Amino acid sequence: MIGHLTRSERQLTLYMLLAVVITGLAMLVAGKDDSLGVHGALVMVVGIAAIFGVIAEFFEPEPTENRLDSYYDEPSRIGIVFAMAWAAFGLFVGAWVAWQLAYPSLNFEAGWTSFGRLRPVHTTSVIFGFGGNALIATSFYVMQRTSRARIPDQISPLFIVFGYNLFCLLAVSGYMIGVTQSKEYAEPEWYADIWLVIVWVTYFVVYMRTLLHRKEPHIYVANWYYLAFVLIVAVLHIVNNLAVPVSFSSAKSYTIFAGVQDAMTQWWYGHNAVAFFLTAGFLGMMYYFLPKRAGRPLYSYRMSIISFWGITFFYLWAGSHHLHYTALPQWVQTLGMTFSVMLLVPSWTAAANALLTLNGAWHRVRDDATLRFMMVAAVFYGLTTFEGSFLAIRAVNSLSHYTDWTVGHVHAGALGWVAMITFGSIYAAVPWLWKRENMYSPRLVEVHFWLALAGTIVYVLAMWNSGIIQGLMWRTYASDGTLAYSFLDSLVVMHPYYIARAVGGTLFLIGALVGCYNIWMTVRAPRQPMAGPEADYPEPRVPVGSVPQAAE
Amino acid sequence: MQIERDPVSGYLTTGHEWNGIKELNTPVPRIVWFFIAVTHIWALGYWLLMPAFPLGSTYTKGLLNADDRAAVTESVRQAQAARSGWTDELMSKSYAEIQRDQALMAEVRRSGRALFGDNCVACHGENGQGAPGFPDLRRSSLWGATPEVIAETIRVGINSGHKDSRVSQMPAFGRDQMLQGSQIQEVLAYVLSLSGPAGPRPAEMVEAGKAVFAANCASCHGDDAKGKLDVGAPNLTTGYWRTGGSGASLHGVLWDGLRGQMPSWEGRLSPVDRKILTLYVVDLRERHQ
Repeated sequence: MIGHLTRSERQLTLYMLLAVVITGLAMLVAGKDDSLGVHGALVMVVGIAAIFGVIAEFFEPEPTENRLDSYYDEPSRIGIVFAMAWAAFGLFVGAWVAWQLAYPSLNFEAGWTSFGRLRPVHTTSVIFGFGGNALIATSFYVMQRTSRARIPDQISPLFIVFGYNLFCLLAVSGYMIGVTQSKEYAEPEWYADIWLVIVWVTYFVVYMRTLLHRKEPHIYVANWYYLAFVLIVAVLHIVNNLAVPVSFSSAKSYTIFAGVQDAMTQWWYGHNAVAFFLTAGFLGMMYYFLPKRAGRPLYSYRMSIISFWGITFFYLWAGSHHLHYTALPQWVQTLGMTFSVMLLVPSWTAAANALLTLNGAWHRVRDDATLRFMMVAAVFYGLTTFEGSFLAIRAVNSLSHYTDWTVGHVHAGALGWVAMITFGSIYAAVPWLWKRENMYSPRLVEVHFWLALAGTIVYVLAMWNSGIIQGLMWRTYASDGTLAYSFLDSLVVMHPYYIARAVGGTLFLIGALVGCYNIWMTVRAPRQPMAGPEADYPEPRVPVGSVPQAAE
Repeated sequence: MQIERDPVSGYLTTGHEWNGIKELNTPVPRIVWFFIAVTHIWALGYWLLMPAFPLGSTYTKGLLNADDRAAVTESVRQAQAARSGWTDELMSKSYAEIQRDQALMAEVRRSGRALFGDNCVACHGENGQGAPGFPDLRRSSLWGATPEVIAETIRVGINSGHKDSRVSQMPAFGRDQMLQGSQIQEVLAYVLSLSGPAGPRPAEMVEAGKAVFAANCASCHGDDAKGKLDVGAPNLTTGYWRTGGSGASLHGVLWDGLRGQMPSWEGRLSPVDRKILTLYVVDLRERHQ
C-alpha cells in the first residue's frame, strides 16, 4: 500500500501516524470519564495498527524513478474497497432497521441496537461511508485523466482516504455509544467535525493543485461538479457544525444557533448535503463514466452549462422547503418553494443530457449491465428531482410532510440514483484500476443490476403507498369535525408496507453483497499483461469487444 | 482541437476531448428555454402575490396579504364552529343525560376512539385493557368509577406535577425493612387467599399474614382489604391485579412499593375532549360488564 512511496515519504507517514496516536492518547487522558476517552482509545488503536502496517512495508524496495509518470491510482483503489465495505455494512444496518420498523422486538432490547441509534449508523454508513468513499475514489480517478495530470502529491491523497474513513468510524461508533449532536446527517460531535475539516481542506487543496497542473486547456464538466461538491460541502460542514464543546474533556457540544435559526441552518445544510454531496458529486461521476462506457460524445455542452449553473445556484436557496408550515417565517418558505420549482428545469436538463448521450448506444445499454446501471440512475435522477420539486410545493408538502413519502423520495434518490450510478461507475472503474480485461463475472453484474432495481422499486412503491395513506389518514376529519383516525390506526395500516419495504431493502443488500464478491474476485484475478508498453499517462483500457476505444 | 460531425445525431463536436470523451455542441432544446420561462414567470408571480423577500425587520407582504398565522387561526375557528352544535350540547348536559342520549353517545364513541387512541393507548392498551403496571380501565377503580371521579383523574393525573394531583404511594415494605422477608410471605399468602383458594399455602401462614395485614396494610386498604377510595388504595379481593397477578409480581410490589404515574391532561386537552374521554372510559366499563 505504501510501496510507491520513497523512504523519506514513508518516514513522514510514520511521523504523521505518531501524531495521530498522540492525539488519541490526549483524548483518552482528557476524556477518561467520558465517551471522548473511548474515541481516544479508538484513535490510538487505529493509529498504532497503521504504524504496524507502514513498518511491515517500510523496508520494501523503493519505487523506481519513473513512478511519477503514471496516474496515481492507489488512493482510488483503496477508496473503492472502503466504499464497498461501507456499502455492505450500511445496507445491512438499513435492512435491519427496516425489519425493526415492521417487528420492533428485533432491537433485542439493547441500547445500542435501538432504532434511534442504528438509524444514523445506517445513514452515515451509506451516505458518507459508501457514497463519500466512492466520490473520493472516482474524483481522483476522473480529475487525473480529464486533466491529463498526475496528482502532484504523494502522501496527502492517502491521508484524505484514510483520514476520511477514520471520521466515518468515529461517527458510526459514536452513535452506538450515544455520542451525537442530534442534527440529521451532521450527527458527529465537535472533535470528529474538526478532524473532517482538516481532511476536507486537504482534499480541496489536492484537487486544486491537480487542476492547476492539468495539460488540457479546458476543464471537463465532471470536474466542475466534483469541485462544487468539494467546495460547498466544506462550507456547509463548517457552518452547520459551529458549536461550543462543554469542555475539552467532553464529547458533548452545543450548537451556536438557537431556535428557528438553528432549524434553518440545519436544513440549509441538510438540503445542500443532498445537493452537493448526493447530487453534484455523483453528477461528476455520471458525466465521466456514462459517455466513457457508452463510447459516445456527451450530447450537449450547452445543456451542461445550463444545468450546472442552475443546479448550483437554485439548490442553495431550497433548504427552507424542509420547514414548511413551521415557526420559520412564511417568506422564507416562499423562497424555498419557488426556487425548488425553478430547480426542476436544470435538473431535468442534466438527466436528459445523460439519456440523450446514449442515443447511438442503446444496444450497449441492452447488453451491458454496467452501462444499464448508469442509464437507470439517470432515469431515477429525473424521477427524484421531479418528485423533490413537487414535494417542495407547500400544498403538497402539507400532505407529505412527516410521512413515509419523504422516506420513499429519499430512497428513490439514494438507491435509484446515487447507488446505481456508483455501482455502474465502480464496475467500469475496477477493471481499469486493477488492469484487468473485465469484471470477474459480467453475469453477476447482471444479477446485481436486477436485484438492485427490484429492491428499489419494491421499496419506493411501498413507501409511496404507505406515505400517502398516512398523510390522508392523519388529515381525515369525520363529519362531526373530529379526527377520524388515531395515530395507532395509521400504524396498523402501515405494517404490510413496512414488511414490503424491508424486503426491498434486503434485495438491495443482497445485490450489493454479490457486487462485493464480484469485485473481490476481479481484484484477486491474475493481472493480465497490458497490450503494448504503458504510455506515460495510460488511457483507461475499455473491455475488448464490448466498448470500442474512442478515437484519440 | 478538431471539430467533427457526430454521425448519429448530426451535431458538431466542440473540438474538446478529455481522455477520449468528446462533447457535442448541440443547442439547448427549445423546450428547456420554454420551461425555464414558465417556472421563472410562475415564481415571479408567486413572489408578487405572497410574502417573499426580507426588508430589514419586515418583509414584502404580497398583494394577496396572505398570512399563515391568520389562516390557521381562522380554520381552527371554523372547525370549532362546525363542531359546536354537538360539543355545546355535550358540555351543557350532565353525564347521566348524555348517557341516555344515544345520538350523543354515538359521537362520543366515534370521536373518543381517536382521542383515546392518540392519548391513552400507549399505557392503557388499545381497548383499555391495561398492561403490567398500568390499570385495566374496564375493571380497576382506584378512586372510584363515577364519571365525576374519572373526569377529575384525567384532569389532574396521578402523582403528576399538577397542583391538585392525586397522590398515591405504596411503601416499599421489604426494601425499606418495614417488614421481614417471612412476614412478606405471610401477608402475601393472606392477600391471595382473599380472592381465591390459598393453594399450597398452609392455613397458619395465612393466619399469620392476617395479623401482619391488620398492623401494616389495613390503614390504606381497609380492614376488609376492599380498598379506600380517598387514598387510591385498590380493592385486594377482586382477583384483578394491575401489576399482572403472579406471586412474583405481587412480591415485588410488597418489596419495592408502587407509585404509579399518570399525566395531568388539563393543559393538553380541552374540557370538551376530556369530557368525551371520560364518557368513553365509562362506556368502555359498561360495555365490558
